[in-house]
Amino acid sequence: MQQRWGLPIVAWPSRLRPNYWDGIALPLVLGTLVLIGWASRQMSVPYRVGEALPLSLDPSHLPEYGLRTVLRMALALAASLVFSLAYAALAAKSKRAEKLLIPVLDILQSVPILGFLSITVTGFIALFPGSLMGYECAAIFAIFTSQAWNMTFSLYQSFLGVPQDLREAARMYHLSPWQSFWQLEVPFALPGLVWNMMMSVSGGWFFVVASEAISVAGQDVKLPGIGSYIALAIDRRDLAAVGYAILAMLVLILIYDQLLFRPLLAWCQRFKVEAIGTDEIEPPWFLTMLQRARLFHLLRTLLDEIVSLASWAAKRARPPRARLRRHPFARPRLVDFVWNGLLLAGSLYAVVAVVRFVHAEVGWQEVLHVFLLGLATLVRVIVLIALAALIWVPIGVWIGLRPRLARRVQPVVQFLAAFPANLFFPVAVVAILRFHLNVEIWVSPLMILGTQWYILFNVIAGTLALPTDYQFVASNLGVSRFLWWRRLVLPGIFPAFVTGAVTASGGSWNASIVSEVVRWGDTTLVATGIGAYIAAETETGDFPRIALGITVLCLYVLLFNRLLWRRLYNLAEERLRLD
Amino acid sequence: MPDDSRLICAEKICKTYQTAETPGRLVLDHVDFSLYEGEIVAILGKSGSGKSTFLRVLAGLTPPTEGQVAYRGQAVEGPAHGIAMVFQTFALFPWLTVLGNVELGLEAQGVARAERRRRALKAIDLIGLDGFESAYPKELSGGMRQRVGFARALVVNPDVLLLDEPFSALDVLTAETLRGDLMDLWVKRRVPTKGIILVSHNIEEAVEIADRIIIFGSDPGHIRAEIAVPLARPRDVTSPRFQQIVDEVYAILTTVPGREPGRRGARGTEPVGVGYRLPAASIQQLVGLLDAICAAPYSGRADLPHLAESEHIEDEELFVLIEALQLLGFAQVAGGDIWATPAGRAFAETDLQQRKQIFADQLRRSIPLAAHIRKVLDERPGHSAPEARFLAELEDHLSEEEAAEVLQTMINWGRYAELFAYDYDRGVLSLENPT
Repeated sequence: MQQRWGLPIVAWPSRLRPNYWDGIALPLVLGTLVLIGWASRQMSVPYRVGEALPLSLDPSHLPEYGLRTVLRMALALAASLVFSLAYAALAAKSKRAEKLLIPVLDILQSVPILGFLSITVTGFIALFPGSLMGYECAAIFAIFTSQAWNMTFSLYQSFLGVPQDLREAARMYHLSPWQSFWQLEVPFALPGLVWNMMMSVSGGWFFVVASEAISVAGQDVKLPGIGSYIALAIDRRDLAAVGYAILAMLVLILIYDQLLFRPLLAWCQRFKVEAIGTDEIEPPWFLTMLQRARLFHLLRTLLDEIVSLASWAAKRARPPRARLRRHPFARPRLVDFVWNGLLLAGSLYAVVAVVRFVHAEVGWQEVLHVFLLGLATLVRVIVLIALAALIWVPIGVWIGLRPRLARRVQPVVQFLAAFPANLFFPVAVVAILRFHLNVEIWVSPLMILGTQWYILFNVIAGTLALPTDYQFVASNLGVSRFLWWRRLVLPGIFPAFVTGAVTASGGSWNASIVSEVVRWGDTTLVATGIGAYIAAETETGDFPRIALGITVLCLYVLLFNRLLWRRLYNLAEERLRLD
Repeated sequence: MPDDSRLICAEKICKTYQTAETPGRLVLDHVDFSLYEGEIVAILGKSGSGKSTFLRVLAGLTPPTEGQVAYRGQAVEGPAHGIAMVFQTFALFPWLTVLGNVELGLEAQGVARAERRRRALKAIDLIGLDGFESAYPKELSGGMRQRVGFARALVVNPDVLLLDEPFSALDVLTAETLRGDLMDLWVKRRVPTKGIILVSHNIEEAVEIADRIIIFGSDPGHIRAEIAVPLARPRDVTSPRFQQIVDEVYAILTTVPGREPGRRGARGTEPVGVGYRLPAASIQQLVGLLDAICAAPYSGRADLPHLAESEHIEDEELFVLIEALQLLGFAQVAGGDIWATPAGRAFAETDLQQRKQIFADQLRRSIPLAAHIRKVLDERPGHSAPEARFLAELEDHLSEEEAAEVLQTMINWGRYAELFAYDYDRGVLSLENPT
């Protein structure tokens, strides 16, 4: 054991002596610790139902509110990470669990996120009586639901895709299942996971704003945060405050981007198995600091020691007995049979229960009505995606053909996608009121305000990926403008476009709940649609109707994805892939 | 032979691949094999002969359906300590540095850090990687990557080294250097390894390295022949004795079983069924090779090792092409020589349109699958049939992937011969060409 600890101490003088970077690193680390400590104490202050929380529109409070919003975000992200690792690992390792977990995940993914909030908030409040913690948990849970599912899917797919030869190498060199999970599977999944985390956080900002001001079943709680600040600004018709909130959000997202995602993305490069594309990422300053400052070297050395000690201890405790099952295919058929039977019975029971519940509480007339409302929202989504495509495809192609410009535009677009569009809703309402516009039509663009950027982003990426040779050929053959679009560009960017459009349409469905009903002071604009229905029922706390609305919305999303997007996706995969 | 000198002993190994839907497909059929202390054994065979599967059975990576593998008398029921493997694709962890990759096996064994570092550096030094300790695999060339693969294997001081085509992803020069370095370590006993099994498809490589060559036959995989290589090291690849052994191996590997000269039926009457696994030979290469055989300096008859060298064809590719030429009745092979049949000569001497005609005739005559597809298309009212139909038929004999590959080859040949057309979008075979 002496030797185990020998090395870092020997290396101390050269490797761990402080340098200039530590000058930035040390205050940053200490400051963060203090802030986190303070903010988390605020979360669990005593609170009695009905009490009004002190909230002020004074911009000097914004840093504090911002910090608490960020903390909620971070907690939700951490929870999502833990959840997705466990869920994906289970689904990837056990065939039986997979049969249940993956369809469930597919459905969870299409449940509108604010739907989760309306259903679970009462439970969370009951969990922490007399404390603000229940509300905090509900808000964090809502953010969690906006982040966890796609991270889980990404991890699950990566776990399944670990190359066979690496798996064999891990087994050949006797890595225990625990070791190969952390040394092989998780590292392999990291690039995809980080990318999805980034998308998740982008979506998360939207729901942070929407979930801080909880108004469910007559309760109206505004947790201190940027979302509540803006809700208050809307109540008081304070356009200047809305501006401050937008500014504060900009700063927050910029900080997240600079301190978390730029470094993570750059650091992840090394985990890519194939060196696809040579888009060298410039090392972000924060990563440079992490890598240079000796403080972090010290921390890392310590962490390494702990990890290796832990795995060493695990090894001691349970010597590996790598045994092969003689006949891996002769699984106990009976167990499989019973398990499948259980799954089938369970889902049948669920269907029957839902039908009886809805029938007893609501009646079929209303079910039909809700389906029609869903149709209205569906029409909105389709029209908006088409419009967004008409606008952004030409612009995206134009940018994508200029790689230098594209490199500068891409981070901006990513940033726009992350920006919670609901902060701009009040501005839209003011405009609609001022110009006496048709509510049914002019509320619709709000649904796609935040998600249209995914289309632009992917179209730019798709155009960048088009081999320049193709363009040379086209100009060499003297292809006309029309043919150039039809034969080269549109097929070439199609796969990327579909990816972007899928994301955009999913986001729009989700946003319908907040964008079909918009407020400004005591003026409320309502458009016809399933989102408005769910929002209204959530306010009154009519549980059966909330459930009905969410189920129908869920069905629409599932069918829409199956019937349209998945087909387009397969078409793109099979026919139009460039390789 | 005394039992204790046997490092690995495999008895009556059978391996069946089975999925929930299809009945089992035999990949290995009663293979008996022993590795003795102090020897290098090379396993040669065409792709699909189960040689890689066999190596994985020996490694304990996949269990045999029947039979027993023992390592030093102990039944192998999982990757055994003392057996290390080097992979064709290197299988390095891209997020670990060279040092990290080499240390991996030791870390898994729970070797203390300082000891780990010392042994890893020694292995890195041994294989000629010093200076690259902190490099990531991505930064290295193929040859250097495979050196990391070797260092990772050697650092655990393996008793037995399993090499799964370790040089086949490398260019010729690099492969030669690495092979030389490995043999140097072996001959000078600088590694404690007692036995090596090399899976390869490069005949010369096998003859250069091995003390014994095992040749696998296909469908299902079985041991077809065993050749001893009693040559002193270092071996002179230009010596007549060396060349003679190379010729001998070529002769065995290129003869389609059941097609040896002198056996009944020259062409067409052979037991090549509809479900025969057609070699995935490209038309361009087939035509090129046939042209080369018929032209000077070979003028219709060529020595296979020479032909491979002059046409720059890898052995594995060569086997595929030669099998296809034989199946199509364009050439015959015996004793390491290949010669063109009258049909082959006629093909080589004529123009493009005539060639297509000859190719079509040979297809219908010699390839039952081609004849079958054509017959179905002729009989169906719309003269078209979905590919799924033929795939299903092939899957009676082959695995799903193999069936798809065979049909793909068939479609390529059929399209060239204008025997039938294929619509990719609809997945339909037909007699019509687009108008």
